[in-house]
Amino acid sequence: MLDVRHATVAFSAPGGPLVRAVDDVSFTIPAGTFVVVIGTNGSGKSTLLGAIAGTVRLDTGSIHVAGHDLTGWRENRRARYVGRVFQDPRAGTASSLSVLENIAVAACRGRPVGLGWATPQRLRAEAAERLAAIQPGLEKRLDQPIGSMSGGQRQIVSLVMATWHRPELLLLDEHTAALDPASADRVVQATAKLVRDQKLTALMVTHSLEQAARLGDRLLLVHRGKIAFDVEGGAKRRLSPEDLAGRFDRLRRADQLDDPAARTLRDLYA
Amino acid sequence: MITLLSTWTFGVTLALVALGVFVSYRLFAFPDITTDGSFTLGAVTTTVLLVAGHDPAIATLGGAAAGAAAGACTGLLHAILRIEPLLSGILVTTALSSVTLVVLGRSNVPLAGTATLLDRAEAILLPATTAAGFGDAAAEAARLIVMLALVGIAVLLLWAFFRTHLGTAMRAGGDTATMARALGRDTGLLTVAGLAIANALTALSGALVAQVQGFADVQMGIGMVVWGMASVFLGAALVGPVRLGGALVATVAGSVTFRLLVASALRAGLHPDWLKAATALVVLAALVAPRLLSRRPQASAAR
Repeated sequence: MLDVRHATVAFSAPGGPLVRAVDDVSFTIPAGTFVVVIGTNGSGKSTLLGAIAGTVRLDTGSIHVAGHDLTGWRENRRARYVGRVFQDPRAGTASSLSVLENIAVAACRGRPVGLGWATPQRLRAEAAERLAAIQPGLEKRLDQPIGSMSGGQRQIVSLVMATWHRPELLLLDEHTAALDPASADRVVQATAKLVRDQKLTALMVTHSLEQAARLGDRLLLVHRGKIAFDVEGGAKRRLSPEDLAGRFDRLRRADQLDDPAARTLRDLYA
Repeated sequence: MITLLSTWTFGVTLALVALGVFVSYRLFAFPDITTDGSFTLGAVTTTVLLVAGHDPAIATLGGAAAGAAAGACTGLLHAILRIEPLLSGILVTTALSSVTLVVLGRSNVPLAGTATLLDRAEAILLPATTAAGFGDAAAEAARLIVMLALVGIAVLLLWAFFRTHLGTAMRAGGDTATMARALGRDTGLLTVAGLAIANALTALSGALVAQVQGFADVQMGIGMVVWGMASVFLGAALVGPVRLGGALVATVAGSVTFRLLVASALRAGLHPDWLKAATALVVLAALVAPRLLSRRPQASAAR
């Protein structure tokens, strides 16, 4: 379960006004729910994800995962409960290490590491089994440097790594955005399968309206640091990419009306 | 024969510096200037301990431990105070130049009349090397065997360590910090540990070189980081892309090869004063050559 309470993150450019990238956002994701987050560039969705992952500090508010208050925790400590897949496969896997060694590091996610052998036969067998189950063929490449694989294959391995031990929360940060359409499709299918099989609580940020409409039990549309639209259940299932495109258009039109109106008001009263 | 053997002995002893640079520069992408300071620190610490009458093995380990502490200082400056790698190393090395001068008492201390690790090993190995027909060079051959054994042990230990959970996490953190943090690793601490290991190796090399040449000098570490890089690059060029074990062995081979090249250059008439400049040029060439050889941008493995 993820519980975000009154989360606010404010930035100020030097000399510029204070901008609330995340503006008093609250929501709860019950355990086992797959939530898709969409939003325009600069809407604050990435900052929100960063605040949950621990790469961005909250100015106010709190983050709870599975009942643990992670608000003041550093990024690496949060790994105990949170699994992550990055947008860039090169950020989520260590290029010079073999596929198996990457998995070995993931097998210690959030636990202390000692001087035990990192890649025993037992781990090799389990890694081969899990990779074969999600994309047959990958299990034959355990000893290759992961840097020699395609982006799509690396993201599949990243998914297996993030979910090696079932995380209380899986964060997916536009993890198909850097891939070609065919690879993106395979990664999406792998994601859906893993989330379903492990009954994961997952938060997926995406740019793709098609993915946003098709995947997940619930959808959050973030706009100007706030949740502008929150839909789940039957209404989420009926949502089409065209509906979402329409919503984006309406938000953009409202913004254009807003700005001159706001300026007029400022000029009047300032 | 004796000259050739002693060239080898130096090359093998300095391979420990190359292994240290391999750890800091190759595994952690950390250009660690501390190497210069910790090499001297290792030599000086060991020399002072030997002169004070301590057991050679303890004195040598003491030198390595001092180097580990120096490396940890550089790591802490970088990890906690967020000082960039080069500057962290420069600060610690500058401070170390005072430390070594104070510890040693003067700029140069001989080890004459003091039993060193090498004397002890020679006493054990001399009958064997004499029997093997090394004749006049028997003592030098014994030294080389000791150094080869020590470096062999170091390579084995490093290989095994970097395949443990901790060692693999360190390699992951050095390669891609975002990945290691997302999986729960404190990448700052891992860097501190990595630099401690790297500088322990370098200081161990300094400790052994002092015992091989029979004195410690506060200037002896100058240029060591560049020497180490030259050996690492040369080793990598000799064997091409290999995995961890191969890369460690290649680094040792690079160090010996580089020492042999230097010896031939000196014999061919290179003035010793130009040695460090020539080393710097080799490193420069190794850094620039890959870029010149493949004009096209690096193929991205991610897409």
